[in-house]
Amino acid sequence: MTSPLQQKIKITGPSMVTANRTSDGIVIYRTAQQGWSASLSDAAVVRTSDEARALLAEANADDVGAVGAYIAPVELKDSGEIKPGNLRERIRSKGLTIDLLPA
Amino acid sequence: MPLVKDGKIAADLFVHVFDGAELPGDGAILVPAARFLEDPQALLARAGKLGVIWPNNRDIDDLVPYLDRLAAVALVFPSFRDGRAYSQARLLRERYGFEGELRATGQVLRDQFVFMLRAGFDAFEVKKDSDAAAFAATTKRYSVFYQPTGDGRVTALNRRMQLRHSESAGQ
Amino acid sequence: MYAYDELDRTLINERVSEFRDQVKRRLSGELTEDEFKMLRLQNGVYLQLHAYMFRVAIPYGTLSSKQLRTLAHVARRYDRGYGHFTTRQNIQYNWIKLSELPDALADLAEVGIHAMQTSGNNMRNVTSDQWAGVAPGEIEDPRIWSEILRQHTTLHPEFSFLPRKFKIAITASDHDRAAIKIHDIGLRLYRNAEGETGFEVLVGGGLGRTPFIAKTIKPFVSRRDILSYVEAILRVYNQYGRRDNIYKARIKILVHELGIEKFAAEVEEEWEHIRDSALTLEDSVIEEIRSRFSYPAYDKLPHMPEELKKTAHDPHFEAWRRNSVFTHKVQGYSIVTLSLKPVGGPPGDATADQMDAVADLADKYSFGEIRVGHEQNLVLPHVAKRDLPALWKALDKIGLATPNINLVSDIIACPGLDYCSLANARSIPIAQELTRRFANHETANMIGRLHINISGCINACGHHHVGHIGILGVEKNGEEFYQITIGGRADENAQMGTLIGPAVPYGDVADVIEDIVEAYLALRARPDELFVDTVKRLGVEPFRERVYATR
Repeated sequence: MTSPLQQKIKITGPSMVTANRTSDGIVIYRTAQQGWSASLSDAAVVRTSDEARALLAEANADDVGAVGAYIAPVELKDSGEIKPGNLRERIRSKGLTIDLLPA
Repeated sequence: MPLVKDGKIAADLFVHVFDGAELPGDGAILVPAARFLEDPQALLARAGKLGVIWPNNRDIDDLVPYLDRLAAVALVFPSFRDGRAYSQARLLRERYGFEGELRATGQVLRDQFVFMLRAGFDAFEVKKDSDAAAFAATTKRYSVFYQPTGDGRVTALNRRMQLRHSESAGQ
Repeated sequence: MYAYDELDRTLINERVSEFRDQVKRRLSGELTEDEFKMLRLQNGVYLQLHAYMFRVAIPYGTLSSKQLRTLAHVARRYDRGYGHFTTRQNIQYNWIKLSELPDALADLAEVGIHAMQTSGNNMRNVTSDQWAGVAPGEIEDPRIWSEILRQHTTLHPEFSFLPRKFKIAITASDHDRAAIKIHDIGLRLYRNAEGETGFEVLVGGGLGRTPFIAKTIKPFVSRRDILSYVEAILRVYNQYGRRDNIYKARIKILVHELGIEKFAAEVEEEWEHIRDSALTLEDSVIEEIRSRFSYPAYDKLPHMPEELKKTAHDPHFEAWRRNSVFTHKVQGYSIVTLSLKPVGGPPGDATADQMDAVADLADKYSFGEIRVGHEQNLVLPHVAKRDLPALWKALDKIGLATPNINLVSDIIACPGLDYCSLANARSIPIAQELTRRFANHETANMIGRLHINISGCINACGHHHVGHIGILGVEKNGEEFYQITIGGRADENAQMGTLIGPAVPYGDVADVIEDIVEAYLALRARPDELFVDTVKRLGVEPFRERVYATR
């Protein structure tokens, strides 16, 4: 496997690192305190490719705690609120877009 | 990298001789296929046991003429996901009757031991010490086997047929 | 039903114990994710968007009521109270915790259910006709052969690390309900001119980014030789299938690159070595497996019982009976399909309560047996005709009597971007909207047989290529778009659909499908000319015109 430090990582806007927790699979976000949180509002937001690379490398180093870490875009509101930057991340953070059961 | 042979961690009697390296005068050696095929007769004439490391993307037909004079064949798992050497192993054992050491090399992990044993391997260059130590326990995990292979384990179907025979004989 | 014996049960328990140990090693950090991934995949565990997804095999689509209750139990105890039936006779749970998986597997093992090889690069669940054993005119029960192959392919020491996944399907009827032509190996059981029963063997079918219809590699392989012949195909594939590029690793690419004649010659050469080996299936061996299948003790019942005559005046019952009830090989009995495609519902989903209720109904009306078909519906295979009215009432109460089998709202759909980490676009909401558009039963009936298949990405789990109408989700600049194909089919005349034009945005899909259906209604030669036949007769052009003229 290519080390994340060697991967070509380029971000075009504010980004975060997300993964799934190993024990139960839930969606988690890398925090600025070198840990994980289930809440997107706790995510560390990076703005440069170097920062993104470093945050991903740190996340990947926790192979026991998290699975499949990757960089994803976020949208930063004026209020400072962090919003998912694409549909996939909206679904991961907010859940299914469908009703589970027939109406 | 520990070697498991005949079910136990054992000393490796074979010395790996890489391409271009000088041959030791005697003693058991394992040489890469390309080097072996350059001059098989010279290597076979040498004192000491000879084994060949055979890559998984080369037909074993090329090795077949020499099998009865080889002490070992080492097959390669470049990744544990690459299963070509399982076919090579079964062909060597079951079709060509190779009786020397059949060694698994490369990414050899605990969770492949049973498959490898069933395919005919009897020596394992195991990647992790903990996996080598767990060899005996791991290979005892399964007692039921569906497929007939050359390893002689009785298949589920055979056991059922035997049971049927003994039941009908008892009636 | 196939009854597991002590050996089958022992093997499953041994596998559960091995997986428990693998999970333990992963959670303790002894195994890296890179090492564990292959091990979890070999036991049906994926990582999806929100959680782990757990896929459980329902070999050849046959379940006992006890097994279905256990599937319900797993949904309730370890998941969120529902499961998703797939296009390959599996059930998927979407919210399972890795740490609890070994316990879920142990519960399943108690009723002879497992998740072995439901993912990973190995031989997957061997599927078959969901009407196996009850379809009129069937040569013989194909599940006997599915079971022989299931056993042979389970934990196979040579073929557990193939270049890519490998799927086998078997049918024994003229009408192919098992979609054998889109499988890596398709087996068609038939009787040849000499009166001998054997198999036409097809190879190299598959969907995904490079779709192929399977080609016949050998027109007739006798029953005694079928296992050795399949083994020969697999050995050739294991050695020569591409491993340098995941997208070119399926057997269909090897068959395509070598050509079917060359590939067949390679297989033939290998087969000559092994055809008279321990793999030969003597009659006694086949009989041993056959003897483990039990069949219902059917009663002698009238073709048209009083109960049926009495209820025939109820138009709702009649609509359901005409749509969802099919001819059984035994007089007085019917095959009943239970639609898992209610209006507005996610295709193929069933709640734990529904599963329990179906299990009870199976005990009451179907000799305790349930089937699962690749169209993502359930089947009660042995219902006495006199029980149909009572069954219908009970099914209606639990939302499983939607009379839309084979109609436009009987949609096949993958989980799509709502669940799946591979998806580019959502599938389920598209299906839901379409079922609302075509909710009127009279309209749907008037349209007739029309299969819509939806996939959320090119991997084609929703079999979009072979839908009469296929819908494929793609991503364009961060937005969901959908490519529409028409004219595909998955049966004995299987073929890929043809793209009708540029992809359309999410919000337009249902309108476009309505346009296509309206075009068909205007163009069809007779009311009984099926959609797919109109497309065959006229090509895609008139449909393209209709859809894009105003867009």
